[in-house]
Amino acid sequence: MTAFLRRFAENRGALIGIAILLVIVAVAVLAPLIYPTSPWRMVNRPFIAPFALERAPLGTDALGRDILAGLVHGSRVSLLIGLVSTLAALLVGVPVGAAAGYFGGWVDNALMRLTEFFQTIPSFALAIVVVSLLQPSVASIVLAIAIVSWPPVARMVRGEVLSLRSREYVQAAIVTGQPAAKVILTEVLPNVASPIIVLASLMTATAILLESSLSFLGLGDPNVMSWGYMVGAGRTRVLEQWWISFIPGAAIFVTVLALNLVGEGLNDALNPTLKKGRL
Amino acid sequence: MTSPTAPMPILCVRDLTIALPDGADRRHAVQDVSFDVGAREVLCIVGESGSGKSITAHAVMGLLPRNLVTRSGAIALAGRSLISRSEEEMRAVRGREIGMIFQEPMTSLNPVRRIGEQITEVFKAHGALTPPERAEKAVALLAEVGLPEPAQMMRAFPHQLSGGQRQRVMIAMALALEPRLLIADEPTTALDVTTQGQILKLIERLRRDRDMGVLFITHDFGVVDDIADRVAVMRHGQIVEMGSAAEVLRAPTHAYTKALLAAVPSLTPPPVAATLPDVPALTVENLQKTYVTSVGFFRPPRVVAAVADVSFTLRRGETLGIVGESGSGKSTVGKCLVRLLEANGGAIRLGDVDLMQLRGSRLRPLRRRIQMVFQDPYASLNPRKTIGRIIADGPMAHGVPASAAHDKARELIQLVGLGPDALNRYPHEFSGGQRQRIGIARALALEPDVVVADEAVSALDVSVQAQILLLLRDLKQRLAMSLIFITHDLRVAAQICDRIAVMQKGRIVELGDTAKVFADPQHAYTRELLAAVPGRRQPSPRALEGA
Repeated sequence: MTAFLRRFAENRGALIGIAILLVIVAVAVLAPLIYPTSPWRMVNRPFIAPFALERAPLGTDALGRDILAGLVHGSRVSLLIGLVSTLAALLVGVPVGAAAGYFGGWVDNALMRLTEFFQTIPSFALAIVVVSLLQPSVASIVLAIAIVSWPPVARMVRGEVLSLRSREYVQAAIVTGQPAAKVILTEVLPNVASPIIVLASLMTATAILLESSLSFLGLGDPNVMSWGYMVGAGRTRVLEQWWISFIPGAAIFVTVLALNLVGEGLNDALNPTLKKGRL
Repeated sequence: MTSPTAPMPILCVRDLTIALPDGADRRHAVQDVSFDVGAREVLCIVGESGSGKSITAHAVMGLLPRNLVTRSGAIALAGRSLISRSEEEMRAVRGREIGMIFQEPMTSLNPVRRIGEQITEVFKAHGALTPPERAEKAVALLAEVGLPEPAQMMRAFPHQLSGGQRQRVMIAMALALEPRLLIADEPTTALDVTTQGQILKLIERLRRDRDMGVLFITHDFGVVDDIADRVAVMRHGQIVEMGSAAEVLRAPTHAYTKALLAAVPSLTPPPVAATLPDVPALTVENLQKTYVTSVGFFRPPRVVAAVADVSFTLRRGETLGIVGESGSGKSTVGKCLVRLLEANGGAIRLGDVDLMQLRGSRLRPLRRRIQMVFQDPYASLNPRKTIGRIIADGPMAHGVPASAAHDKARELIQLVGLGPDALNRYPHEFSGGQRQRIGIARALALEPDVVVADEAVSALDVSVQAQILLLLRDLKQRLAMSLIFITHDLRVAAQICDRIAVMQKGRIVELGDTAKVFADPQHAYTRELLAAVPGRRQPSPRALEGA
C-alpha cells in the first residue's frame, strides 16, 4: 500500500488531478453553506460580465442569476451523477463480465451478444431515448448513463477473467472443490481490481460529460442546477455574452481533466511494470 | 587456464565482474569470471537459476540490461577487446563475429514474415552480398542446418514449423555471416527430448565443419555430457570449477559440483521395496478428449484428438508415471482426471463412483478425493492470500471448521518441511522449491485418495528437484498416497514411479513396471525416447558410486 502511494505521488499530473478533485468535492459538499439561497433565484440584472460586480463575481446570465452560485451548486449534480452512474454501470458490468469470462460456453455467448447489442446502439442516442421516455430526473439520467456505459466494463472484466481463469491458482481452487461464486470472488476478482479502478475513474469523467450533454439539450433534471444546463442556457448569446456558456464549460473541462489525470496516475501506480516498460 | 585445443582462443574473458543494482540479494551478478573458448571447442557454462551464467553470455554479446554495470575485467574476441565499444560497433560484431541462439524458438522469430525474408535480413543488416546471392545463401544455410526442402522452407511462415525446425532456422540465422563464435543460451530447454538430441548433434557437426567456438549455457548436466569439451560450473556469480568434461563430470573436485551431479536423477530405477496390494484406487477406461476448432463458416471444423483412447488402473499406494513429449496428451489426461477439462467419453472410477457422470454441485464434494499438484510454483499460489488460507481454504470449502482447518494447515506445512511461521506469510516470500512444497500441502489438506502431479518438478533447479522428489517419496510411504506423476523427464520418472505409461499421440503405447520399461522397452517409441535422454552415453557418476 505504501509502495502504491509512493508510486502515485511520483506522478505530478496525478497529484494535480487529486488536488483539483479535492477542491471540487469540497465545493460540492459546502455548497449550501457558500450559497444558502437557490441558484435559480434572480439576484441582479442580466448579462453582467465577470469581475464587474462584487456581489456576482463571475457575472450573471440571461435571467440575472448568479453564475458562481450556479457553478457551485452544479458541482453537486455533476459529481453525484458521475459517481452514482459509474457505480451502477460497474454493478451491471462486473458481474456480467465475470460470469461470461468464468463460465465460458453458452453463458459467455449469450452475455456477450447482449453486451454487443448495447454497444452497437449509438450510446448518446440511447441515453436521450431513455431520459425522454422516463421524464428527466436525476434518477433517469443516472439510469440512462449506466445503461450506455456498462458494456465496456463487461468486456474488459471478461477479458481479464478469461486470462486469470487459466492461472494455476484458480484451477487449484476449483480442484479443491470451492464453489464457483467463491472462486470468482476470492481468487479472480481481487486480481481484476486495479484495471476496474482505473476504468472507473475514466468512466466518471465520461458520465459527467454525458450528463452535461443531456442537460445542454434540455434533458437535465429541471429541479437541479447543472453545468450542462448552464452551458445550454447561454448558447443563444454565446457570441455577445460568451462567459455564460464558457465558465461552466471550463468547469466541466477541468473536472474531466482532473479525473483523467487521476486515472492515468492510478494506472501507472497499479501497474508499475507497465510504466517501466514505457520509459 | 589455457585451452588445450587451440593456440589462440577465439573468446577470452578475464576477471569479469558485473555489479548488481543496490538492494539485490548479492553485490555482483558475476564476479572474477575468466574463461577461454578455442576454435572448434564447446565450453559449457552450467549452473542453477541465478548463478550468473546467462548474464555472462549477455555480457559477451554486449546485451546487458541497463541496470547492470560491468565493473572490471576484459572480454576479447580473437585478440580484440569488446569492452567499452560503442553500441554501433557492437552491432557490427553481433551476427558477423558472434552468432547467438536463444531458448525460445517460438518468440525469437517474427510471426508475420517468411523464413526466407528473415534470413536474408541478416545479410541486409550487415550490408553483405547482393539480393540474389542472399537468397541463394539462405537456401544453402537451411540445407546445412538439416531442414527438409529448403527452397520451399524459404516461403514458410514460422507457425508452419515445429519447435525444432524453428530452432534450426534460428541456428541458420546465427550462422549466416559465418561467425567465429556461437553463443547458445539454453537452446534446447524448450524442446522435446528427441528434438533436443537432434539439435545437439547439429551444433556438434557445425562447429567441426566451420571451426567455430561454442559457448553453451545450460542447466542440464545431461546436455553438458553430450556436447561439452570443457565445463565451467557457476554458482552465485563465480566459477567454482572448470576443466575438461571428463574431469568435471567423472571426477568433480568441488563440493558444489559433486552435489549438483548427485542431484541429477539416475536413469536406473531404484530397487522396488515391496509389492503393493492389488487394490485399485483409480480406474480410467477409454478416456477420450477431442478439441474442435471451427475454422470459419462452411468449412468442416478442425478436430484434434488430444486423448484418443486411454485406459489404466492406479493401485492404492502406487505411483504411476505418465511420460511423453509435448502434444502427447499426458497433461490433458491429468486435467481430465481432476475434471478441469471435460472429457468427451470414457469413465473415471474412484472406488465405486464414476466421476464422469457427475457435474456441478454433485461433483464438488467428490473433488476432495482427487487432488492436483501444479507445474509452475510461481503461478499456482494466489499472490494475495496467506499460505495458511491457501492451504485451509480447501478443507473449509468441504465444511471443516476454520480452527480445525488451520490446525491441519499447521500440521501439513511441517509435514512438507516448512516452519509454522510460513502460514502467515505471502507466496512471494518463498522460493520456487518452497512454493512447490506449499502446493503439495494444499493438495494433501483434503486427504485425497489420488494425487495428480502435473510436471510438478519440471520448473525447479536440479538440486531443489531432488529435494521435492525425496519429499514426495517420503509422503508416499507415510501416507500410502496414490500418485499419478506426469512428466516429460524420464530421469525423474525413473526415480519416483512404480509403473510407467508411455504416451504418444493421445494413446498409451507402453505400460509396465518402471524397471522393466527402462531395461527392456517393447515399443519403438519408448526405445526412441530412452535413446534421446541426454547424458546417457556413460552412466552417471552417482550410478557408479552406487554400484
